[in-house]
Amino acid sequence: MNALLQYAVQGLAAGSFYALAALGLAIIFGVLGVVNFAHGAFYMLGAVTAAVLLDTLNLTLWWSLLVVPVLMFAFGVVVERLFVQWLLRLDALYNFLLTFGLTLVLVELVKQKYGVSGLPYKPPKALQGRVDLAGVVLPRYQLFVFLFSVAICVLVWLVMTQTRVGMIVRASTEKPELARALGINVGRWVTPVFGFGVAIAGLAGVLAAPFRAITADMGNNFAIILFAVVVIGGLGSIVGAVVAGFLVGLVEAFGQAYAPTFAQILIFVLMALVILVRPAGLFGRKEATA
Amino acid sequence: MTQSTVTQAPVTEAHPPVAATDPRLRWVLLAAGLVAALALPWFVYPPVAMDIVAMALFAIALDILLGYTGLLSFGHAAFWGSSAYVTGLIATHYGVPFPVAVIGGALFAMVLALPAGYLSVRRSGIYFAMVTLAFAQMVYFVGYRWSDLTGGENGLQGVPRQFFGIDLVETDSFYFYYAALPILLLGMWAAWRIVHSPFGRVLVSIRDNSQRARALGYEVDRYKVVAFVLSAGLTGLAGGVFAINHGFVALTELHWSTSGEVVLMTVLGGIGTLWGGILGAFLAVMLADYLASSGFDGIDLVTGSVFVLVVLLFRRGLWGTVRHQWLVWQQRRRSRRASASADPTRREP
Repeated sequence: MNALLQYAVQGLAAGSFYALAALGLAIIFGVLGVVNFAHGAFYMLGAVTAAVLLDTLNLTLWWSLLVVPVLMFAFGVVVERLFVQWLLRLDALYNFLLTFGLTLVLVELVKQKYGVSGLPYKPPKALQGRVDLAGVVLPRYQLFVFLFSVAICVLVWLVMTQTRVGMIVRASTEKPELARALGINVGRWVTPVFGFGVAIAGLAGVLAAPFRAITADMGNNFAIILFAVVVIGGLGSIVGAVVAGFLVGLVEAFGQAYAPTFAQILIFVLMALVILVRPAGLFGRKEATA
Repeated sequence: MTQSTVTQAPVTEAHPPVAATDPRLRWVLLAAGLVAALALPWFVYPPVAMDIVAMALFAIALDILLGYTGLLSFGHAAFWGSSAYVTGLIATHYGVPFPVAVIGGALFAMVLALPAGYLSVRRSGIYFAMVTLAFAQMVYFVGYRWSDLTGGENGLQGVPRQFFGIDLVETDSFYFYYAALPILLLGMWAAWRIVHSPFGRVLVSIRDNSQRARALGYEVDRYKVVAFVLSAGLTGLAGGVFAINHGFVALTELHWSTSGEVVLMTVLGGIGTLWGGILGAFLAVMLADYLASSGFDGIDLVTGSVFVLVVLLFRRGLWGTVRHQWLVWQQRRRSRRASASADPTRREP
């Protein structure tokens, strides 16, 4: 029972990274129609930035959680203005290829600058060690990651449902033509939404910094699992992305515990099953049969 | 929202009509291509020349899907790499002539492509790219974990090059090139036949308007799966020859970066041109070889930048641009001639 709970918390913590990043990916796809291959690279940049901030300015995790998303937002805006915007009118595959090229460049640049061995990162004292919850001993940091990302998801959900901005973004995601017909300038939200998606991927990276090896390659496999996550959740669905993120985290954690050889493969088997049974994803609506 | 991205007619730049080339021009091109293929190892280090031709077939096989069916497969490394491993294993354990091993590898790739294709075509547009990518990553992990068979991170080493009783050793690369060339040329010919057959026409119609193709009674998904399997088979031929050429199979062959590399070759050469794949492969392999020999270790920096630039500024690709200019020039010439003769009954064929 204790072990099960530990795996569950570990899975939910790992799932937090997927859920947050997939949330950004889903919103970007919704508003821009762009599948951002570089999302894994942005996640990696978030972690690397946190590590560099700790090393040079001695900014702890608390500060990084605040500062890095702002920096990543700015970076996302630059990327969107410089590259992504020119291809928005074309088939989605062009931005997919563009962001793939950007990924290669970003990963290689980080590799050249910081090498291939992982950068060190220690969480603040308050988050180290374990907590004892009624006899169940759990790592403090994993609990924190899970709670923090749930809080962020709830916050995003509140913004999405309760504010005018959120309604516009949702309308642009779900019915762009209708939103335009109602006089909403969908194009105005393109750049900030891309920035927001990148910021939240960076935030996932900061959270992952003490938990994973911080290397240039850390985002590569992450990005591909992220694609599996959004295919499972249904790419058009924001809730789907978050739920599938945690689900995949759990599958990974229990897979590593009980069948370590197959842990990574299990995720893709899950994806295959979802495609077989519900091609549009768990929360996705049926796409046009093209 | 997905509706608009999925059902939109593909962009014309990337999806030109299958041009009916002037038959005379076609023969000239074919002859030039054949001479170039035969002469290549005289000018380029033979193993590198072999890589170029193998990669060219790889890019052409991908183009059957990307250019002629409108499906971006980002997981072709799975077929390239798995055929490389199977070819290597057959050659190592059974001592058969290498063409037999290569055919075995290609068949394996096709068998693997059947379920992969069946699942992937259930999603279209950009989803297809994501699903194929994820599927290939799964194959990568299988290759990585099953190290008893594949050698894991060390790769599969010591693959022999046996050609009907003759053992082509390291120094026989020049002869090996000519022994393996027919397999690859046959693969390219097959690709050309596929694209220009009635079946290929149906693929193009699916690419341009899948709803209409469905309305005309074509089973769109079945056509897509068949195209996927054929493409995987040709990819397998190329991957098998590549494995024999190096006498070694690395895990990289299954990695997503290989899938990306071949997409780059195809896009750089020109989507939907077949010839473009050859050009793209030539440039990419030569560039990689040059960078490696000059001691530059950041090849992804170059690859990525080329990717970004081509997609932003040069979407027709090299061959596509040349062909486009040629077609424009011909059209102008025709209309000039038509207005000069001013014969209303005369029609262009």
